[in-house]
Amino acid sequence: MTEGKGISRRGLFGAAGAAVATGVAGYAAHSVLTGEESQAADNTGPVEFHGPHQAGIVTPVQDRLHFAAFDVTTTKRDDLIALLTEWTAAAALMTAGRDIGQYGAVNGPDEAPPEDTGEAIGLPPARLTLTIGFGPSLFDQRFGLAAKRPKALVDLPHFIGDDLDPNRSGGDIAVQACSDDPQVAVHAIRNLARIGFGRVAVRYSQLGFGRTSSTSKAQATPRNLFGFKDGTNNLKLEDTDKLEQQLWVQPEDGPDWMVGGSYLVSRRIRMNIEIWDRTSLGEQETIIGRGKGTGAPLGKADEFDAIDFAAKTSDGEPKVPMDSHVRLAHPQFNKGAELLRRGYNFVDGSDGLGRLDAGLFFLAYQRDPRKQFIPIQNQLARSDTMNEYIHHVGSGIFACPAGVTPGTYWGEKLFT
Amino acid sequence: MFTSTTRGVIALGAVLGLATLTGCADDTPAASADDGTGPVSVKATDSACDLSRRDVKSGTSTFSVSNGGSKVTEFYVYAEGDRVMGEVENIGPGLKRDLIVELPTGKYQAVCKPGMVGDGIRGDLTVAGGAAAQVDEDTLLKQATDSYQRYVNSQAVALEQKTTEFVTAVKAGDVAKAKALFPVSRTYWERIEPVAESFGDLDPKIDARVNDVEPGTEWTGYHRIEQALWVSNTTKGMEKYADQLLTDVKTVVAKAKVVKLNPLQLANGAKELLDEVATGKITGEEDRYSHTDLYDFQANVEGSQAAVQALRPALQARDAALVTSLDTNFKAVFAAVDKYREGDGFKPYQVSEAEKKELSRVVDGLAEPVSKVAGVIAKK
Repeated sequence: MTEGKGISRRGLFGAAGAAVATGVAGYAAHSVLTGEESQAADNTGPVEFHGPHQAGIVTPVQDRLHFAAFDVTTTKRDDLIALLTEWTAAAALMTAGRDIGQYGAVNGPDEAPPEDTGEAIGLPPARLTLTIGFGPSLFDQRFGLAAKRPKALVDLPHFIGDDLDPNRSGGDIAVQACSDDPQVAVHAIRNLARIGFGRVAVRYSQLGFGRTSSTSKAQATPRNLFGFKDGTNNLKLEDTDKLEQQLWVQPEDGPDWMVGGSYLVSRRIRMNIEIWDRTSLGEQETIIGRGKGTGAPLGKADEFDAIDFAAKTSDGEPKVPMDSHVRLAHPQFNKGAELLRRGYNFVDGSDGLGRLDAGLFFLAYQRDPRKQFIPIQNQLARSDTMNEYIHHVGSGIFACPAGVTPGTYWGEKLFT
Repeated sequence: MFTSTTRGVIALGAVLGLATLTGCADDTPAASADDGTGPVSVKATDSACDLSRRDVKSGTSTFSVSNGGSKVTEFYVYAEGDRVMGEVENIGPGLKRDLIVELPTGKYQAVCKPGMVGDGIRGDLTVAGGAAAQVDEDTLLKQATDSYQRYVNSQAVALEQKTTEFVTAVKAGDVAKAKALFPVSRTYWERIEPVAESFGDLDPKIDARVNDVEPGTEWTGYHRIEQALWVSNTTKGMEKYADQLLTDVKTVVAKAKVVKLNPLQLANGAKELLDEVATGKITGEEDRYSHTDLYDFQANVEGSQAAVQALRPALQARDAALVTSLDTNFKAVFAAVDKYREGDGFKPYQVSEAEKKELSRVVDGLAEPVSKVAGVIAKK
C-alpha cells in the first residue's frame, strides 16, 4: 500500500475500475494555514495531511472525536516502523476522503475481506485529521528508544483528587481522530486498529460528540456539559507568535525529532452532572467565574472582555472569586503558561447508578508540560471549587512529532 | 470538600445567644425554668423513653435526661417533620444531662435514641398555655438559623467528645475499641460537614482520602488511621496522627460553635450533604478500608434533614407542596438505609450494584426537592 492510491468514497460506484483514483493531490491545493482558515466555514472538505506541523492541533476544532491509545505488542523495532509506515499511508488516504488499500471497501475479490471497512462510503472527508503521539512507555528498552525520550515527556505526577483508572490511562501510542462527521472519525480509528492487529492493541478509546473549545477566531465558542462556554481564552491559530512560544517545540528545546511537534496531555474528566444540575445558577457562575448566558467574565458584559481580577463586589469580595476556575487557570496566575485546548464532551451512556457517564475528554497541546499543564493542573487540583463536581479518571501524555512530509512516515526522525 | 457555598460569607467571632443550653446536671442543679413547674424528668433506657409528664407550659422547659441503659443515647424534642427544637447528644450510660429549650404552644415529639441511631423511641409532647405565636417571615428565618446553630453546636460538642474517645483508644493500642468508635465519632463530623468544611484547610487535614493528598504533603486524619486499623489491624505509628486529629477537630469545634449562618447557607448545606452522599458514600469511596460508609451516609442525611427542617416553618408558608415532597423523600431515604441496619449500627458497605443503584435512586429523589429549598427561601 502506498500513498497516492486509494478509492474516492464519493462517486465510488460510478468509477467502477477504481484505479482512476488520483490520490490526495487534488485536494492539496492550498497551504496549511490558508487552508485551515478557509476550512472553518466548510465542514465537508479535506484538511491537508502533510505539512510542517501535524494537522489536528491548530486545525479549527472539528465537532467529533475518536481518540485511541495503543499498546505496542510486537517487540520488534522493524515491525513498529512498518506499522507506522502503513498507518501514515492509510492516514493520508482517509484524511483525503479515500478508502484505504488497493481496492478499498467494495472493489476487491469476493473471497477476501474488504481492505476498507466501508462505513465511510459516500461520506465526504469531513475535515478528518489524524494526529499521532508517543507515550513515555514507548521509550523503554523494547525498541531502543530510551535515549531519545524527550525530557519534557515526563510521567505526570499524582494530582490531588486523581482517581485514575489504569485501563483508561497511558498508552505507548495515541491517535487523535477529529472530524465533523462522527462516522468518519470512527472509521479512521477502526481501520488503523485493524491494520495494527498483531503489532499494536487498543488500550482504550474515547468518543467525543461535541467540541469544547475553539482554535480559531473564526469559530464560535462552544459549551461544555456544565452548560458554560469553554475555551474563550484558548490559544488560537491566528496567534502565530504565541504558538511558537507556547505550542510548538523549538530547536533550543530539543530533542531534534520533536522540533515542530507538541506535547499532548489527555484527561478523561468525569462530571457529576446530576449534582451540578442541582446547583444554583449563582453558585455555578462563581465556580466558573463567568456568566452562564453570555460567557462574559463576572462583572463584565461581553465574552471576550478582559477579566478584571481586581474588581470587588459591594461586600469587598472579588467579583471573580479567588477559587474560581477562570482565575486559577488564567496565564496571569500561572507564570504566563497557556495551553491549546481541543477537548470534547463525552457521554458514554450511563453508569451502574443510572447517572450519565459524562464529562469532558480534555486534550491540550503545549510546548513543555513541565511548565504548562503540570503547574496549572496542580493549582486547579489544589484550589478549584469545580473539583466538587468533577474527577479525573483517565490520563495520558504523548509526544506528538512534527508534521509528515510526503514520502516519510509518522515520527520517522525518531527512528533514524 | 465544601468550600463553595459558604465562601466568604461565614463571619466568625460572634458568640451565639443560645436559646438552648446543655450541661451536666450533676454539676449544679438546673435552675427551675420559670414558674415552678419544674423540670421534666426523662428516664432513658435501651428500650424506653419515659417522661414524668407529657404536657408542659409554653415558654422555657427543662428536660432532665438520665440514661439508665447500656448504650449511649441522645434526646431530642422535634416539631413537625422532625424539626429539631432542642437536643442533647452523647449521654453515656449512668449519665444525666439537662436540655433547656424554648417551646411555643404546639404539638411535639420527645425522642430518645439509644445507640444514637434510627428513628428512636418516640412519644408525644404537648405544649400549651400561651397564644399560638404569630410571627412574620423574617422572624421565621431568624428562628431557623438559631435552631440550626443550636444543632451545629450540640453536634460539635459531641464530635469533640467522641473523637477524644477514639483518639484515646488509638493511643492505648486498643484496635477493637478504636474500630468501634471510628464510625461513631465520624457521625458527628458528617452531620455538620458543610459547616466543618468551610474552615479552609482543616477539612483536608481531618478527612482527606488517600488520593486527595498532594505529593509531598503528609496524609493525616481519620482515614489515615482507618487504613492502619483495617488494612494492618494495628494502631502502631498512629499516635501522632491521633494527636493531630484531636487538635484539628478541637479547632473545628471551636469555630463551629461560634459560626454565624444565614438561611441560604442552611439550604445550600442541606443540598451539599446529599451531594456528599451521592458522590462519596454510595460509591463506597469514603470509608474504603472499614466499609462503614453507611454510618456516614445516614449522618449526612440526618444533617441535611436538620437544616431543611429548621427552615420548615418558613418553607411551609411559601411552598407547602415542597415541604410534602421533602417529608416523603426523607422518609424514603431513611427507609432505604434502614435495610442495612445491624445491631446498633450498619452492615459493612459491601453491597451489590443493584443495591447501590437503589440507594442512588432514593438519594437523587431527595436531592432534587432539597436543591429547590434555597430558591424558595431567597424569594422575596
